[in-house]
Amino acid sequence: METFFLIAIVLLIFLVIFQISKASEYVSVLKGEEKAMRQSNKINGFLMIAFLILGLIGVWYCNKLFYHGNLFSWGAASEEGLIIDKMMWTVIYITGFVFFATQILLFGFAYKYQYSDKRKALYYPHNNTLEFIWTSVPAITLTILIIIGLKHWFKFTGDAPKGSQIVEITGHQFAWEMRYPGKDGVLGRKNFKLTDAAKGNPLGIDWKDQASRDDVHVPTTMYVVVNKPVKLVINSQDVVHDVGLPAFRLKMDAVPGMPTTLFFTPIYTTEQMKEKTGNPDFEYEIVCDQLCGKGHFSMKGIVKVVTQVEYNAWFRNQKSAFSRAQEAALSAMNEGEAPAKMDTQKDLALEN
Amino acid sequence: MTNEEALQHQTQVAHGAAVAAHVAHHKQSFITKYIFSQDHKIISRQFLITGIIWAVIGGFFSVLFRMQLGFPDQTFPWLEDIFGKWAEGGRISQDLYYTLVTMHGTILVFFVLTAGLSGTFSNFLIPLQVGARDMASPFVNMLSYWFFFAASVVMFSSLFVSTGGSSVGWTFYPPLSALGDAAEGAKTGMDLWLISIFLFIVSQLLGGLNYVVTIINMRTKGMFMTRLPLTIWSFMFTAILGILTFPVLLSAVVLLMFDRHLGTSFFLSDIVIQGKILPNEGGSPILFQHLFWFLGHPEVYIVALPAMGITSEVVSTNSRKPIFGYMAMVGSFFAISTLSMIVWAHHMFVSGMNPFLGSVFTLFTLLIAVPSAIKVFNWLTTLWRGNIIFTPAMLFSIGFVSLFISGGLTGIWLGNAAIDMHIHDTYFNIAHFHLVMGVASMFGMFAGVYHWFPKMFGRFMNKTLGYIHFWITIVCAYLIFWPMHYEGIAGMPRRYYDYSNWESFKMFEGLNTFIGYVVIIVFATQFLFIFNFFYSIYKGRKMTESNKNPWKATTLEWTTPPLPGHGNWEGEIPEVHRWAYDYSKGDRDFIPQTEPIGEDEGEH
Repeated sequence: METFFLIAIVLLIFLVIFQISKASEYVSVLKGEEKAMRQSNKINGFLMIAFLILGLIGVWYCNKLFYHGNLFSWGAASEEGLIIDKMMWTVIYITGFVFFATQILLFGFAYKYQYSDKRKALYYPHNNTLEFIWTSVPAITLTILIIIGLKHWFKFTGDAPKGSQIVEITGHQFAWEMRYPGKDGVLGRKNFKLTDAAKGNPLGIDWKDQASRDDVHVPTTMYVVVNKPVKLVINSQDVVHDVGLPAFRLKMDAVPGMPTTLFFTPIYTTEQMKEKTGNPDFEYEIVCDQLCGKGHFSMKGIVKVVTQVEYNAWFRNQKSAFSRAQEAALSAMNEGEAPAKMDTQKDLALEN
Repeated sequence: MTNEEALQHQTQVAHGAAVAAHVAHHKQSFITKYIFSQDHKIISRQFLITGIIWAVIGGFFSVLFRMQLGFPDQTFPWLEDIFGKWAEGGRISQDLYYTLVTMHGTILVFFVLTAGLSGTFSNFLIPLQVGARDMASPFVNMLSYWFFFAASVVMFSSLFVSTGGSSVGWTFYPPLSALGDAAEGAKTGMDLWLISIFLFIVSQLLGGLNYVVTIINMRTKGMFMTRLPLTIWSFMFTAILGILTFPVLLSAVVLLMFDRHLGTSFFLSDIVIQGKILPNEGGSPILFQHLFWFLGHPEVYIVALPAMGITSEVVSTNSRKPIFGYMAMVGSFFAISTLSMIVWAHHMFVSGMNPFLGSVFTLFTLLIAVPSAIKVFNWLTTLWRGNIIFTPAMLFSIGFVSLFISGGLTGIWLGNAAIDMHIHDTYFNIAHFHLVMGVASMFGMFAGVYHWFPKMFGRFMNKTLGYIHFWITIVCAYLIFWPMHYEGIAGMPRRYYDYSNWESFKMFEGLNTFIGYVVIIVFATQFLFIFNFFYSIYKGRKMTESNKNPWKATTLEWTTPPLPGHGNWEGEIPEVHRWAYDYSKGDRDFIPQTEPIGEDEGEH
C-alpha cells in the first residue's frame, strides 16, 4: 500500500511540474519571447549565485561532517604514509585554491554578466599574454608536483631497507595467507603445481628446497614489529587481488604468476592505534582493492603491529608449515594411505 | 540509395534542379526512411534514442546497487519479482550486485557516452556544420548504427542467461574474466559481453572513419579547417582517437576469447582455482591491462572531447561572444588527444609493472592537466563581459565546466603515482571520474540535446522543464560525488557489496544511506527530461521559417530549412566566408558564417 502511495505522489509531482512548465510556455508566448527570456534569465542568474554560495557552505559543512573520525584524519600509521599524507596536503592546498578561484569566477561571471539590454558583449577573441600566463603557471606548478611525487615514488618502489622483516602474502578467492621464513630468513621455493590442500600444502611450497622446511604459514593475520620495516612479497593463486593497507597508505596488486613487493614501516602498534582512535575494536585491516569475484568485499586480512618482545613470543609458538604437512600425511597414513616420502623428524622441528 | 545515386542526387540539388520534383522522384518507404536510413540526421536520432534507452537501463542499475549500499539491512520484495533467484528475499545477491556494477560501467561508458554522445552529435553536426549533403559514405554510416544495434541486442540478452550477465567489472581484467570457475558472471554472460563489445568496436571504427573523411574531404567552399566550429574539431579528434585505439581493445577481446576457449595462455599463468591446477604458464595479466588501458584511457577523452566541443559552441553562442582563444582551443584538443594516448598506464601504477614505467606515466599524466587548464580558462574568459542568455543548453554547459573543474583537479592527485598508492581503486577514484567524465559528459550531452533539438525535430523543448532538470541534476550530482572524496581519502575500496564488516569504513554508513536517497531523486528527475524529449518531438512548439535560427547562431546548420530533408540544403550549399564565432563584432549581434567579410572588416 505504501508503495502505491509513493508512486502516486511521485506521479502527482510530475504532473504538477509538467502543468506548470506548459503553462509557463503559453505565458511566454503571450508575453512575447523577449520579455519571457528576460524573466527566466533573471531567475537563473540569481540561482547561479545562490548555487555558488550554498555550494561553498555545503563544502564547509561536508568537511565538518566527514573529515573527523576516519583513517585519514587519524594520520598515517607508517613512515611512508606520513610522507604520502604530507604530499596529499600539498595537493589539497594547490587544487583547493584553484577549485575555489575557478568556481567563484565561473558562477560569479555567470551571475554578473547575465543578459542586460544596456550591456553589449565584448568582442575579445584572444590575448596572447593571458594565454601564455595560464599555460606556463600550471605547467610550472605541475612540474614541481611531478618532481616531489617521483622522488617519493622511487623511494617507495625501490629496494626495501636493509634488515627488513620478510612476509609473504598470498591472495586467493577470498582470503589472505601469510608465510614467514624461519630462522634462515629465506622463504622456500614454491611451485603452483605442487598445490594440494589435502596434503597440507595449500600454498604449493616445494619441500625439496631446504629453505622451505622452517617456513611458517598463518592464515589471515599478519604479525609485524613496530618501527621495523617489513617487506611484503605478494602472490596470488587465482585472479588479480590487491593488498590494500589504508591505514599505512599503501597498496600493491597481487598478480598470479608474478610476485610483487611492497615495504612499509609501521609506527604505531595496534594497541596504540586503539587508544589513538578511541575505538577498542580497531584493527589494521587488509582490504582487497581489485575486483576478484563475488566475495571481493569480504576478503579481509589483519595486520597486528606488536612490539619485538610480543612478536618473538608469538613466533615461538608457531609450527612450521612442513611439520603441519607431515602431520597431515601421517593422519592420511593412519587412514591406510601410503605416506609421502619424508625426511627424518629432526629436520622438521622448529628450533624457536 | 547507392553512393553513385547519392552523388547524383547531390549534384542535382546543387545545380538547383526542381527540388519538389526531386523529392517526389525519390519517394521512400517507411523502412528506408526511418529504419535502414542512410540520412545522417535519421542515423543520429537512432543513436540518440538508443542511447537514451541505454541510459535509463544503466542509470537504473546504479540505483539498484546504491540501494544495496545505502540500505543494506532492508529488503525490497519487488526486487525478487524482477530478478527472481538473483534477489531472493528482496535483497540483491552478490552475483547480481557485481553484474549491476559491471553493466552500469559498460553501458554508460560505451553505449551511452560513446555511441549516444559521439554517435548522435558527430552524425548530426558534421555534415550540417561543414556544409555537406551527408557523410562521405552514408551506407557505411548506416552500418555503423546497425552494428551498434546488434551489439546492444547481444549485450541486453546477456543479462538473461542462466548464469547471469558479466560480473567482472567493465575493465574485465583476466584471469577473473578468463575463467568460468572464477565467477558465475564469467561464464556465458562473459562470452556474450565480449561478442557485444566486438560488434561495438566494429561500429565505432565504421563511424569514426566516416567522420574523419567527411570532415577532411567534404567541407563546403571557403570552410577552411581554421574556420570549423570547435564542435567539429572535437568530433574529429574523438574519431581519430577511436580509430587508433579501439583496434587495440579488439585485440585484447580476441586474445581473451582464445584464452577462454582455445586453451592459450596470453594472460594466464600459475593458477590454482577451486582446487584445480591449471596448465597455463607464461602468460601475463599485466599485458592485458596494457592492451585494455591503451584504449581505456583515450576512451575517457573519446567521451569527454565531444562534450567539450559542444560546451565551447554553446557557451560562445549564449554569451554572445566569440570563443576566447580559438587556436588555443584547437591546440589543446590536439595536445589532449596526443597525450591521452601515452598516459594509459597511470591506471596501473600499483599493478606490479616496472616502477620506472610508472614514473614516465606520472610525467605525461600530470602534463595533460595543462591543456585541460587552458580550456577551462578559455571558457571562463568567454563568459567574462559577455551578455549571457541562460537557455537550458547554456546552463548545462556552465554545469559541465563546473564539474570538469571539480573532477579534473582530483586527477592531479590520482595521476601522481606516490599519492595513487593510497587512493587507487577507492571512492576517491569513483568521485574523480564520475565528475570529470561521467556526469560532465552527460551534461555535455544534455546541452547538445537542448541546443540542437529544434534542428533535429523542428520543434522546441519546454524550457521550464529544462531549467528544473538542470538545477536538480547539478545539485544532486555534487551531493552524491563530493562526499565520496572523504570516503576515498580514508581508503574505502570501490566495488564492495557491503561495508558493515569493516572496522575501517563503518563510519560512512550514514553517508551511503544519504547517497542512496539522492540517487533515487536524481534518477527520477531524469524522467522530466525524457518526458520533455518525447513529448516535444510530437507536441513541442514548432520552429518556423522566420524563427529557424532560434539561438541566433553563426554556424551553417541554422541556414538549412527548419526540418531539412535528405541533402540538407535546398539549392546550392552555401559558401563560407568567415569563422564561426563572429558574435558582437562591430554593431552586429552576430554575423553568420555565410556572410562575406566587409571591406573595412578584419578577419578575427
